[in-house]
Amino acid sequence: MILLWLIVVLIIGGILAWAVARAIPLLSRWISVVAILLDLALALYLAVQHLNAGPWLAQADWDWIPQFGIHFHLAMDGLSLLLVILTLFIGLLAVFVSWREITTAIGFYHFNILCILAGILGVFLSLDLFLFYFSWELMLVPMYFLILLWGREHRARAAIKFFLFTQISGLLMLIAILALYIAHYRVTGIYTFEYAELLGTPLSPLASMCIMLGFFAAFAVKLPVFPFHTWLPDACAEASTGTNMILAGLLATTAGYGMIRFLFPLFPNATRTFAPIAMILAVIGILYGAFLALSQTNLMRLLAYASISHLGFVLLGIFASNALSVQGAVMTMIAHGISTGALFLIAGLLEARTGSRELDSMSGLWDTVPRLSGVGLFFALASLGLPGMGDFIGEFLVLLGTFRGHLIFAIVAACGVLAAMFYALRFVQRAFHGPNLRQLHLPDLAMREGFVLGVMIVALLWLGFYPQPVFHTFAHAANHLPALWR
Amino acid sequence: MIADYIIPSLPLLLVAGTSVVVMLAVAVRRNHSVAFGLTLLGLAASFCSAFFVPVRQLGILLTVDRYGLFFIGLIAAAAMAVAVLAHGYLAEREGNKEEFYILLLVATLGAMVLACSSHFVSLFLGLEVLSIGLYSLIGYLRERPLPVEAGIKYLVLAASSSAFLLFGIALVYADLGTMEFSRIAQLAASGTNLHYDLLLPGVALILTGIGFKLALAPFHMWTPDIYQGAPAPVTAFVATISKGGMFALLLRYFSQSRLDLFSPVLVVFSIIAIASMFAGNLLALFENNVKRILAYSSIAHMGYVLVALEVGGQAGAGAVIFYLVAYFIMTLGAFAVVTVLSPRERDADQIDDYRGLFWRRPWLALGFTAMLLSLAGIPLTVGFFGKFYIIAAGAATGAWALILILVITSTIGLFYYLRVVVALFQKQTETEAAAPTRRRTAPAAALVLSVLTLVLIWLGVFPSPLLRIIQAAIHTLL
Repeated sequence: MILLWLIVVLIIGGILAWAVARAIPLLSRWISVVAILLDLALALYLAVQHLNAGPWLAQADWDWIPQFGIHFHLAMDGLSLLLVILTLFIGLLAVFVSWREITTAIGFYHFNILCILAGILGVFLSLDLFLFYFSWELMLVPMYFLILLWGREHRARAAIKFFLFTQISGLLMLIAILALYIAHYRVTGIYTFEYAELLGTPLSPLASMCIMLGFFAAFAVKLPVFPFHTWLPDACAEASTGTNMILAGLLATTAGYGMIRFLFPLFPNATRTFAPIAMILAVIGILYGAFLALSQTNLMRLLAYASISHLGFVLLGIFASNALSVQGAVMTMIAHGISTGALFLIAGLLEARTGSRELDSMSGLWDTVPRLSGVGLFFALASLGLPGMGDFIGEFLVLLGTFRGHLIFAIVAACGVLAAMFYALRFVQRAFHGPNLRQLHLPDLAMREGFVLGVMIVALLWLGFYPQPVFHTFAHAANHLPALWR
Repeated sequence: MIADYIIPSLPLLLVAGTSVVVMLAVAVRRNHSVAFGLTLLGLAASFCSAFFVPVRQLGILLTVDRYGLFFIGLIAAAAMAVAVLAHGYLAEREGNKEEFYILLLVATLGAMVLACSSHFVSLFLGLEVLSIGLYSLIGYLRERPLPVEAGIKYLVLAASSSAFLLFGIALVYADLGTMEFSRIAQLAASGTNLHYDLLLPGVALILTGIGFKLALAPFHMWTPDIYQGAPAPVTAFVATISKGGMFALLLRYFSQSRLDLFSPVLVVFSIIAIASMFAGNLLALFENNVKRILAYSSIAHMGYVLVALEVGGQAGAGAVIFYLVAYFIMTLGAFAVVTVLSPRERDADQIDDYRGLFWRRPWLALGFTAMLLSLAGIPLTVGFFGKFYIIAAGAATGAWALILILVITSTIGLFYYLRVVVALFQKQTETEAAAPTRRRTAPAAALVLSVLTLVLIWLGVFPSPLLRIIQAAIHTLL
């Protein structure tokens, strides 16, 4: 029941925030904050109460559309719990970030943010494949509006591109889900979308491969995996800061989650056959993203390509499929969500101050905004994988795990870490160092901004120095995802 | 006599009777509101009676079964929505208003007859009653060039398509000696005295006539012109009730005459469905006129429904009906917005009329967005579940090629729906925002639009009650 509340609180909060916005805009922001905090409290309560309760921390199951055997089945295990907390954390920060930046249609903005969060939670919690698809698509429309309404100059193009990429790949997944549903019916005579029952549906190798590719298409676009990534830089270049944090930080985790939860358990053989190709794509993504990040002048684009590079590690870790690499992939997802979110936030703060997203228009900012620059350096270092921060742990484990079975991939991917150093330091040098050419005098970090970034620094350091709680929580889930480890 | 014939045909009689009452009322004294009120009352009575009347075969012409009553209810409800929209629309326009409602009732009656007919004679009667009502409805604003042009175009084309239909019926009759749908199946199954060289051309000609009414490719050429020219509420009528009645008939004809046993027919259906999906979605890409975009989109949607029809069986028939209900809701909603936005002198059909609507009239813009997203098949809307149902039905019979084409073409369709949505949310420059046309939505039309939006989302999230009703309806059909 609590699981349902997790989603309902966000939706009610969104509707309330929208309703009061015209009268009292500030109240709308606070309602969003309260709704997310309430959710966070619920999630932490679940974590504390039930962490050792069994495979599932909590479950809820209702008939939804009995004619099709569709259930409203929510369940939470350690993996979902981690990602739910990450989602709410980033979502909260995204609301804080928009305090100054968003001044038009405030209510609708918060409604959309909370709806996306509800959709993401739905993805992490659903154990019915129809519900999963439903939630998956539910993230789409609010995100489209966020880009379209509060974006920059070419926002319409970016929004439509995002929509089309996601929708096409989503429909492929829908067909795959239905194919699995029909295949299961042919064998058992029962129509069901239930995850537990669809596990182990006997499929011919060809059918299994086709259905698996349908799922993979949706996850590959969302992650994004190398040839399907082009929507992300475009969208990030146009969208507002809070939107970017969700776009690059959270949507990717839904894809990674989908692969761990559905791809491997449902199609163990097909994924194994497909793994080399996926790993090649991952390695290409790591290098390609890093190299393109090197040559970007638009800060948001730079971060988007950097994020593609980092997410390559997630894909690599998942498809290397051993205990170390998958743990590393989960860790990378979480750390990347925080560090990339923080970098987008810093880029947004720089934009608010200098009025531009171009690196060329920033130079020598350290003189005028030392605190902001210092924090920028911190997150740039986190992103290039400095030990002591979450990103390092994640990528290191991925490389270690990959190294065991796939030496070549590990070597090439390690070069990507090297390339990360170049673009991260280039960003720091171009923006913060050098002479203050334009003689800018800008306000440094304000209280709220400093607080938000401070929380993120603490979180990232915590993940870097004491990652055990994350691994412990995930291990709890990993026990019943046997297909992950061969 | 009363129990056998009058009571079962009550839904039809009420509509027919109301048209006479309205006509008499107009003869006594012209009053727009009285005519409108009587129409609404009659349609509401017909709608309610559809729940209570007993199920019965009326002679050989009409079958009043759950299936027919379901469509009668749907058509009556849609006709009420059209009447409400027309009330506000006509009040601002020149000329006599009262006759509109008489014609509307007559055309609605025709569509209802189609939904119940199980015989070629009643098919033709229903079709002609519907068409004759429509000729004058489309050209109702007779001082204006566009509606008159559209009316004449429709007259010429519909009349010739009726001729095709009649000739086809004659050929089938010449071969089998019957015009009853169920007898056709029996004779075709027994296989005696069959001359395929008469029967097949006959069926082909009948399908031509039906295809014209449904605006399926390649019989779709008239659609954009008529949609653009007709007054917006009439366009809503053409798009929903006229096509819905015809599809109700086609599904009954298809399942009772067991057309699925003729493999050439299935091939033809596939070709028509694929052509409609591609033609509708591709042609809409090049349009800037919202009414024409909706016209092309309706061609594509009829293609989707045809896919479900071809899948056949329990699932296919269910998907057809569910999708038609969804199509009724979203199309009526879309045209409700067009109607509400139309200024006195023309219909709001340019995409520029919608630019920045969200910043001027947010509720209207959000309602329209919901309709467009539903047409595009996005979750939380009834359009999504309709598409899901069709794809599921297709997957169950392994019609992968058709499903893939449906998915591909509906993604193409996203482009033009999103183009309109983008226009709705475009920020305006200050000069544009200062321009007046700050009109209030008429309360009745606002009510219709909000009810449609709520139903759209309700059925998108909780489709099971409707599914249960539909399953009861197709039970008698198959």
